[in-house]
Amino acid sequence: MRLDRELACRDIVELVTGYLEHALPPGDRERFEEHLVFCDGCGTYLDQMRATIAATGRLEPAALPAELEARLLEAFRGWRPA
Amino acid sequence: MEELLSPEDARLVEGLRNGDEAAFRGVMREYGSAMLRVAQMYVSSRAVAEEVVQEAWLGVLKGIGRFEGRSSLKTWLFRIVANTAKTRGVREARSIPFSALGDDEDAVDPDRFLGPEERFPGHWAQPPEGRVLGAEAMHVIERAIERLPPAQRTVITLRDLHGLSAEEVRNALDLTETNQRVLLHRARAKVRSALEEYMR
Ligand SMILES: [Zn+2]
Repeated sequence: MRLDRELACRDIVELVTGYLEHALPPGDRERFEEHLVFCDGCGTYLDQMRATIAATGRLEPAALPAELEARLLEAFRGWRPA
Repeated sequence: MEELLSPEDARLVEGLRNGDEAAFRGVMREYGSAMLRVAQMYVSSRAVAEEVVQEAWLGVLKGIGRFEGRSSLKTWLFRIVANTAKTRGVREARSIPFSALGDDEDAVDPDRFLGPEERFPGHWAQPPEGRVLGAEAMHVIERAIERLPPAQRTVITLRDLHGLSAEEVRNALDLTETNQRVLLHRARAKVRSALEEYMR
């Protein structure tokens, strides 16, 4: 992605995942970080993204449907070496 | 042989080999629903996806004795699920779901509506080590994820909830690097936005 010298807040919003994934080319990464130095709003946005990701990571994985899990367990018991 | 595996993985692998049901439950709790989710992205119905998981599980049992831990347990598990699902998907003559991102019908990111001059108000930002979001906020996140289009929901769940790496998700779902990132970005932006609305 080619960007002008300065990134607008709109660009930051679009690039934030690339930034967090360490996927921005070095020049863009630099401009991204420069923008954060003077823009509190985008700093907050980045913090919110990080908080959202951390919170999502604390959700419990959904359970498998019980009867599917029962079938898998049955296969496991049938296979069981002992 | 397994020194490349995390201690947690090594314990699960050992347990599965020994027919230990606690290890079975551990794997299912960690990855069971994710395996089903991956399968669902390749085949047309929930019933077929469940069959894929069953078939893949037999493959896991067949292979666990020879599993050498060159990749993590989850990488290996999801590879088996994806390959099983792909074979099944081809038999069903169903095209791979992610071409053109699959989710294009959905609305533009809420976050794109931010004008160039607007600033984020920032009232709920918290440092990463700050207070933990309450149960109600967690519920808001869960609902926001449920409302996402399937590909976005799958990617954010595998990445942020089950903790798969970008590469693991790309391999499990046959995504390009860019598509993985775009789907993740849209998903996270919507979840963030739902949280912001809740915090407002
Ligand atoms: Zn800004």
